[in-house]
Amino acid sequence: MGKTFHKPEALADTITHYCPGCTHGVAHRLVAEVIDELGIRDRTVGIAPVGCAVLMYNYFTFDFQESAHGRAPAMATGIKRVRPDLMVFTYQGDGDLASIGLSEIVHSANRGEKFTTIFINNAVYGMTGGQMAPTTMPDQRTTTSPFGRKTVSMGMPIRVAELLASLQTPSYITRQSLTRPKYINKAKKAIKKAFTYQMENRCFSLVELLSTCPTNWGMTPIDALKWAEEKMMPYYELGDYKTPEDD
Amino acid sequence: MSKVLMKGNEAIGEAAIRAGCLNYFAYPITPQTEVAEYLSKRMTEVDGVFLQGESEVAVSYMIFGAAACGERVFTTSSSPGISLMSEGISYITAAECPTVFVNIMRGGPGLGGILPSQADYFQATKGGGHGDYRLLVMAPASVQEAVEMVMQAFALAEKYRNPVMILGDGLIGQMMEPVEFPERLKIEPTNKDDWATNGMGTRKSNTRNLVKTLYLNPEELNAHNLKLKAKYEQMAREEVSFEAYNFDGEYQLLIISYGTMSRVCRTAVDMLKDEGIEIAMLRPKHLFPFPSGPIRDAAGKDSCRAVLSVEMSMGQMVEDVERSVAGKSPVHWYGKCGGDVPTPEEVIEAVKKLVDV
Repeated sequence: MGKTFHKPEALADTITHYCPGCTHGVAHRLVAEVIDELGIRDRTVGIAPVGCAVLMYNYFTFDFQESAHGRAPAMATGIKRVRPDLMVFTYQGDGDLASIGLSEIVHSANRGEKFTTIFINNAVYGMTGGQMAPTTMPDQRTTTSPFGRKTVSMGMPIRVAELLASLQTPSYITRQSLTRPKYINKAKKAIKKAFTYQMENRCFSLVELLSTCPTNWGMTPIDALKWAEEKMMPYYELGDYKTPEDD
Repeated sequence: MSKVLMKGNEAIGEAAIRAGCLNYFAYPITPQTEVAEYLSKRMTEVDGVFLQGESEVAVSYMIFGAAACGERVFTTSSSPGISLMSEGISYITAAECPTVFVNIMRGGPGLGGILPSQADYFQATKGGGHGDYRLLVMAPASVQEAVEMVMQAFALAEKYRNPVMILGDGLIGQMMEPVEFPERLKIEPTNKDDWATNGMGTRKSNTRNLVKTLYLNPEELNAHNLKLKAKYEQMAREEVSFEAYNFDGEYQLLIISYGTMSRVCRTAVDMLKDEGIEIAMLRPKHLFPFPSGPIRDAAGKDSCRAVLSVEMSMGQMVEDVERSVAGKSPVHWYGKCGGDVPTPEEVIEAVKKLVDV
């Protein structure tokens, strides 16, 4: 009987620094499985963000660049313009992508840069210790919104997928979830679709992944998964927001 | 090869192509926008890459990404734009990626003005971004020299795996002069397989490459900074470049000046010579590494009674001149920083306050 389950070749055999119950590990594995299945490891360049995933290059076995906070889409643009044959993806959290790097992601999407972005939305800054993010839910308590996010002064959470889907340039924009196996399987299909569009030189793609941060949310991993589904999912609805076939 | 009449900014763009750089990212800003306009057409002709980024911040990271995967790449901007790029420059230097930045300086601080200036001397030579880093800084005094320095800059950037900055004032970008593009300065592609993230398949390797700037371990970060420092020390040994003008006579005063300002000072030196007043000028061609030793030697001549730093700033290079002269002679500053270049007469007036007439 052959081996039915193994560690993807794209994933390094090492222990990660992520907290117990964090969904980064799941997201990493999905990306690695897709890269294996598409056979693109030897021409892939990943771009690590600033945030919890800054050290993600330690967990993969292909070329990586490490970005400054929010600038990964600009670096990806630089690579794709001079080496269109390389497969490039950015992996960014909500503080990185939706706050300091909003300009870079919007303009990369609008230019139709042929790279893939994996967007981890866990409604909080993780690495710096649980501060309010643009995606933090109304009344959600964080270390910089100790009385809860007040929308009257801090606005409503930014829906990144919807925002990018409003651009007229063809792209693949989707929101998926890592909160249960059914959603994780769908998330993997979305990631594979995004990389496939890149291989076909079709369009920019962004896969938003609803994720959890049990440590900074102050919850058990199980409660965090429930909170994501009960509080985040109704506001951040799952599904494809834009595909290149739409146009 | 015959000479052609070109505007400085356009000649800078052409020089990069002739040197073998076919990748350019930029954002419009006066007084260097003509580089982008020129290359938006020219890169198409040579099958190169031209991209207008959404901001100077983004452009600096496009440069970073492209350089990090081993391609030759450059950008141009002007003072406020270089401030925005300074974040990226710090990262690129830390990541040891060869890149070329051109700053066609305008007046500051803030929006300042759009006329020529040399007020970014500190920013270029002491670092505008955070952390311990240095750029190799070249200061052209003519369009021809700008062309040659741009072409040499790519070779130097790759030699040191460090960004090189061409620091020109607005006049260098805006004026037209006859230029030629020396074939000898074309550089062949260099192999960067040992560090560039160009894809494992590209370099037929099973070992991945990583371009990063984060060193959480204090010993590793210290070692990294010592490695960078060793490169800057090598630059100081090998890349000092300057021009000595009228050094033969018994000069009473030594002028230190660079870029467009040095051309005015050259005229002033000639005019003073006609009056029987001997003045020498040392023109740094490279601002980092600074020609400290040659300045110290020149200031130490018995006949030399003072040193005058003439610059289109409120006194920036003068600090390096003071450091170089090390008390051997009194050091003075003369300059203007509104956008109008001091005239030879104004320089002569400043000189005459310091010498016997």
